Amino acid sequence: MHELAVCQALVAQSIDIAQQHAALGVAVIRLHIGPLSGVEPALLQSAFPLAAAGTLAAAAQLVITPQPVRVRCKTCGADSEATPNRLLCGVCGDYHTQLVSGDEMLLVNLELIT
Amino acid sequence: MCDSCGCNVTSGNRHLAYKPVKAGTSAVSVLKKLLAHNDDQAAHNRAHFDARGILTINLMSSPGSGKTALLEATIDALKDEFGLAVIEGDLETENDAARIRARGVPAHQITTGSACHLDAHMVHEALHQLDLSGVDILFVENVGNLVCPASFDLGQHRNVTLLSVTEGDDKPAKYPVMFRAADAVVLSKVDLLPVLDDFDPARAELCLRQLASTVPLLPVSARKGQGMTAWYDWLRSELAAQRARVALGKTAKPFIQLDGASLHAHAEVSV
Ligand SMILES: Nc1nc2c(ncn2[C@@H]2O[C@H](COP(=O)(O)OP(=O)(O)OP(=O)(O)O)[C@@H](O)[C@H]2O)c(=O)[nH]1
Ligand SMILES: [Zn+2]
Ligand SMILES: [Zn+2]
Ligand SMILES: [Zn+2]
Ligand SMILES: [Zn+2]
Repeated sequence: MHELAVCQALVAQSIDIAQQHAALGVAVIRLHIGPLSGVEPALLQSAFPLAAAGTLAAAAQLVITPQPVRVRCKTCGADSEATPNRLLCGVCGDYHTQLVSGDEMLLVNLELIT
Repeated sequence: MCDSCGCNVTSGNRHLAYKPVKAGTSAVSVLKKLLAHNDDQAAHNRAHFDARGILTINLMSSPGSGKTALLEATIDALKDEFGLAVIEGDLETENDAARIRARGVPAHQITTGSACHLDAHMVHEALHQLDLSGVDILFVENVGNLVCPASFDLGQHRNVTLLSVTEGDDKPAKYPVMFRAADAVVLSKVDLLPVLDDFDPARAELCLRQLASTVPLLPVSARKGQGMTAWYDWLRSELAAQRARVALGKTAKPFIQLDGASLHAHAEVSV
């Protein structure tokens, strides 16, 4: 369970930014998480209060938007939806694809109380 | 765009950046990778390796898949050809480091306690306690675990994931994040295939290819010496590639991160 480590990094980053903006606190933290990022949104949610306790982000709401898995085919060029363990081209079935989305683990946006 | 908070606004993500917010709050778009702090340390580690011309390989697998056995055989075969060193990650015990030292190669043990993975800071501390002079290839044996280690860049150049034939041939389908992170997959303990009736190497390869992975799949038995030549040749070619990069002042991250960075319109691209 490495979600606590991820949450600690998230809280540290959010606090840095809050301090740079002389904020009184962090109201909302928005994340984009894809299923191939290696972190579980539900585990992040439960680890967050632990990591944020006693910090500027203690009362923050954590909003996670799951991202779809999409691949781009190197053979036929098509973009298509895929599932985490079948990253095949939805048009021609080839496995020579690249992930266009689905592995992101991004801190997208913060709302600060100023 | 706000440089001071490290945000990274591009035409692909501007719509995320400035949203109306409640009075008393202000939107600050950051678009950072959550593990940016770890990634910074990893980049620093990689700079250490590149400055010395070292190729660093991170070995990952389930507990007991044969990482240490693979290292022992590799040391016996290659220690006269190359300078080798090992960083071992384990929850407890110094056992694996002792096995490596017994082969005449420097090893540093990181005991993680309850942590199920190594991170870049732990590896950095280990680096400053290892004598890296004369080392060509540094192996990092990660904690046995098919989940967490895939999420932490350590500063390595290549990831190798082991799948032992006693674990089932559908492991890549069950742990796609780990297997997608591999630059090479080692199918270990193939000497046991004759006594296992339900492990089909072709099915294991199919599960891997369905993750859009085109990396080499190397069947080996460290115990019986089968398939090891292909593994050694892979190491030699990776070391040659690392030396060529270093000569040009370049570096390399494991395959997966490059793939993501170049394609995601909003990913933070770090060099
Ligand atoms: N038959 C056979 N057994 C092997 C082979 N490689 C390793 N083993 C056995 O598998 C067991 C685990 O091997 P290790 O090399 O310790 O595995 P590991 O991945 O380093 O284990 P952890 O560090 O605990 O995660 C030992 O009993 C080894 O002797 C092999 O090629 N063939
Ligand atoms: Zn874990
Ligand atoms: Zn296609
Ligand atoms: Zn081991
Ligand atoms: Zn250093």
